[in-house]
Amino acid sequence: MTQKRNEATTVGRVGSDLPAPTPPINVDTAGFWQATTEGRLLFTRCDSCSEPTWYPREFCPHCGTLDVTWEEASGRGQIHSFTVVRRGGLGPYAGPTPYVLAYVELDEGVRMMTNIVDVDEADLRIGLPVAVVFHATDGAAALPRFTPCPTE
Amino acid sequence: MSIRGQAMIAGAFEHPLRKIPDTSIPRLHAEVATGALADAGLTFADVDAYFCAGDAPGFGPLSMADYMGLNLTYVDSTDIGGSSYVAHIGHAAAAIAAGKCEVALVTLAGLPLQGPAFSAMNDRAPEYAFENVFGTTTPAMYALAAQRHMHEYGTTSEQLAEVKVAASLHAQHNPHALLQKVVTVEDVLSSPLIADPLHRLDCCVITDGGGAVVVVSPEVAKRLNRQSVAVLGHGEAPKTAAAGRIDLTHTGAVWSGPPAFAEAGVTHADIDYASIYDSFTITVVETLEDLGFCEKGQGGAFVASGALRAPDGGLPFNTDGGGLCNNHPVNRGGMTKILEAVRQLRGEAHPAVQVPDCDIALAHGTGGSLGTRMGSATLILGREA
Repeated sequence: MTQKRNEATTVGRVGSDLPAPTPPINVDTAGFWQATTEGRLLFTRCDSCSEPTWYPREFCPHCGTLDVTWEEASGRGQIHSFTVVRRGGLGPYAGPTPYVLAYVELDEGVRMMTNIVDVDEADLRIGLPVAVVFHATDGAAALPRFTPCPTE
Repeated sequence: MSIRGQAMIAGAFEHPLRKIPDTSIPRLHAEVATGALADAGLTFADVDAYFCAGDAPGFGPLSMADYMGLNLTYVDSTDIGGSSYVAHIGHAAAAIAAGKCEVALVTLAGLPLQGPAFSAMNDRAPEYAFENVFGTTTPAMYALAAQRHMHEYGTTSEQLAEVKVAASLHAQHNPHALLQKVVTVEDVLSSPLIADPLHRLDCCVITDGGGAVVVVSPEVAKRLNRQSVAVLGHGEAPKTAAAGRIDLTHTGAVWSGPPAFAEAGVTHADIDYASIYDSFTITVVETLEDLGFCEKGQGGAFVASGALRAPDGGLPFNTDGGGLCNNHPVNRGGMTKILEAVRQLRGEAHPAVQVPDCDIALAHGTGGSLGTRMGSATLILGREA
């Protein structure tokens, strides 16, 4: 699908053909990214205070302990905030504007930065229920993005 | 220990150009340093403390102290993005009050129009893999904050636009400003959307440039012929993304403001002029709320009332035109916020925007992003008695 650039008045489907750059992966995050290639979205939860953390890390910034457990998220949530990026995309994103950058609040309570894809621009709103989809990259990782879903 | 009255700003200099093709970044640091020292009536030989941030090339203060031939007893390269320089003034005042140094030089300089001078973000940052891969841009991350602020408080694009309108009314009097044309709310709303809900005219400019400040002990200030400005109070605070609980509707000013007011011993009613970091119009609205100039959520109505317009508004702001119209050297606007506050307190702002009897001024810096993690620094300055 060819998308016209920079037309604020255009209401159409956005984010259907986004690039999927490979994220940098390190020893702490290799398991997270491996899971994304298997269709699972993980986050970390503290073994001590039980608080969930995003972005996931092998440390609990809530209480300062080093012991956390990787848990699988439901993959469902709602849009906490969003923007349609119409100009100024960088690197691999220099071409595909407009696209949607958003914070999604997962049902587990954490807010994560992501893209909303395959969405009609007119449907975008804070509070919109969304579900995770995974977009394969060229590396050992898939990008967790979200698409509108009906509420249960 | 309080820094109140323990240090003075004796010299200030802003590079007059907005595009500087024929110089290097280290020489530009040296050029603005020369200007600020000359303004104070001091020389490089008098400098015993040096402050710089991430725009300083190479090994930061080591490279630049070497380049400028400084002999120092104190250095500080705190980097909290565009708010760094506001924090540096507080740090310099504390170091002077503690007897560590007497003449502190702070510089900012860069040439972003010649290409990226430094990478603000690298892929070793732990957040990179979870944010940048989704196509983050600076306007987009501030747009996330604006969208949420509108959702929670009913803030409108028209209200945000008034921030730009007020800045442009001021910039028309600044012959150095990149954008000197007065714009209307309609002009802002009809400019292209960059990242909804932010339009092009909701965004600051990108310019080359730089500035420098010289902070000295009161004893040194007494020996100088130049009018000094007293450092009265300072506060700073990083705001994190809160481990996944980010609140996009407030800034670190909720924490940097109160200690600055308390240290200075002043109230909001005492502030005659405010330099408020204006990377985007939403930055100003959230910051004004968080500093306590209006109720939380009422920033849109506050700015729409015309409060920011000099010289007669209730809180004249950014009388140089700010980052929205004047300049935004190296995408780091904290330095220029200090410089215009110093001009106001010295009575050296343009007559059309000079606040009458300007005794107390506030300068606030923001660094990083409202959409993720950010630095905040608040400085309160006073006219020398």
